Amino acid sequence: MLKLYDVNITFNKNTVNERKALSDFNLNIEKGDFVTVIGSNGAGKSTLMNVVCGTYGVDSGHIYLDDRDITRLKEYQRAKIIGRLFQDPLKGTAPNMTIEENLGLAYGRGKKRTLAFGISKKDIVLFREKLAKLGLGLEDRMKTPVGLLSGGQRQALTLMMATIVTPKLLLLDEHTAALDPKTAGKVMEITDRIVKENNITTLMITHNIQNALDYGNRTIVLSQGRLLMDIKGDDRKNMTTEKLMKLYSSSANDVMTDKMLL
Amino acid sequence: MNSKKIVSLIPKVILIVLLLIIINIQLSTTQITGTLEQGFIYSLLALGIFISLRILDIPDLTVDGSFTLGVAVSVMFAYNGHPFLGILLSVVAGALAGMVTGILQTKLNVQPILAGIITLTGLYSVNLHIMDGNPNVSLWKKETIFSFFEEILPENAPVKIIVTGGITLIVIIVVYWFLNTQLGMALRATGDNEYMVRASSINSDRMKIIGFAIANALVAMCGGVIAQYNSAGDANGGTGMLVAGCASIIIGEVFFGKHTIVSCILSSVVGATAYRYVLSLAMSIGMKAIDFKLFSALIVAVAISIPTVKRFVVKTYNRMRDKGGKVNA
Repeated sequence: MLKLYDVNITFNKNTVNERKALSDFNLNIEKGDFVTVIGSNGAGKSTLMNVVCGTYGVDSGHIYLDDRDITRLKEYQRAKIIGRLFQDPLKGTAPNMTIEENLGLAYGRGKKRTLAFGISKKDIVLFREKLAKLGLGLEDRMKTPVGLLSGGQRQALTLMMATIVTPKLLLLDEHTAALDPKTAGKVMEITDRIVKENNITTLMITHNIQNALDYGNRTIVLSQGRLLMDIKGDDRKNMTTEKLMKLYSSSANDVMTDKMLL
Repeated sequence: MNSKKIVSLIPKVILIVLLLIIINIQLSTTQITGTLEQGFIYSLLALGIFISLRILDIPDLTVDGSFTLGVAVSVMFAYNGHPFLGILLSVVAGALAGMVTGILQTKLNVQPILAGIITLTGLYSVNLHIMDGNPNVSLWKKETIFSFFEEILPENAPVKIIVTGGITLIVIIVVYWFLNTQLGMALRATGDNEYMVRASSINSDRMKIIGFAIANALVAMCGGVIAQYNSAGDANGGTGMLVAGCASIIIGEVFFGKHTIVSCILSSVVGATAYRYVLSLAMSIGMKAIDFKLFSALIVAVAISIPTVKRFVVKTYNRMRDKGGKVNA
């Protein structure tokens, strides 16, 4: 499904701040996998996301999605088949446009933008139905500018926008980290439901180790731009937060000692 | 409508009534209709600037050049007997100028402001070339769209009001319709949140180029119509148009706000008209035409800085009050 072959990316090349964000990175994700990604700051988690969705071009290596080489595709071209949520709830929606306009834009994902009316009556019925499922009461506020919604509401809406046209791959970059615990729990719950209902292949970065084990069927640990561990199947079933925490902090320590040496 | 909303409308209504009274006292009937005609035409300019400034959220300096480009194309075609073709081609020329700025900005990574200045500067020469090297071209005794309709419409009909109003009305409808299409919505989102746009599989570069093309097409159309309205074209006529357009939009927003597309379009049109009336009034009490640019520059500078000044005054006031309180205690 998603394959990364020997991907290399270096920031600030040929300067003192040169940093290898991903080095000879290989990853193979099966169709329908829900992979959680953990690792300390600077381990390369966000870089991995940005490389997959095309925000950063790679220095070398190849990325395949559904056996198609997407390495050279631009961000907006990949967005036709990749849905994405940012950590910052403000990034995923257009604040001065209404809820239905935002959904209308997302519903046009992968289609040509024409001079037909942006939102049809049929679309509105569909949007209402889908919004009602979120259980946030947004279905009665379709004409409200998104800027007036709370962070949690905006993130839930972004999730709907990312999946309203079922993507081949869903990328979640700590999408609950900026929310309060209760809202974060709710958004996580909605995420899990949508992913399961549509059987979407998903890659989720999280700093919440409990979440990393509770959700999905596979967990990968990154450290210094490399894949440190790949936990799946029975190993994962027997894994506890304590055990994982140890691994997690040991990978964090690497970075610490590196920084201290510098 | 709740009572709070009505209360907030009162000062605006008083302002409008006052302005209307002053206009009635100060200006003659011909001045009033003439200013209204100009207001209608300059609405096109304001709508164009609204698209770049408010929708794409980028001040586009191409405007000063593309306005003159519209003037040049329209005046030369009218001079050679094709007034309608002149307007049509000024729209096309404006769109091309906008695309140049858009491409500079997106594909070639030129700073937004600089991209506009580059196109603007280049257009000086282009415009003079179009006008055969003459800085002024007169349409004296030549057919214009206005003289054409004067022949068709019954005698004593207010031809200029009908033509300018009609053009503006058509453009308003087209702009409103466009902004609600899939493409128009993608354009609005591009200025609102570029991250979201790219994540929704929209090519934000293409949207910006389209946006600048439409904005400058409207501006050039304004130039084209105004040239035939004045029966003359001036190669320096575009100077200060961006600021004049900004002033119009800011004035309009005082009355209608900028919450929905309808209120934004109304702001541009009414603002442009109100701005022309303010200029007419200022002229009638003795302001010279050479002071127009300074006047519009002041309006824009003051209107934009009002929130900051307000904050500063409130802060200073609070500090003084707190200090005073302590001394008294």
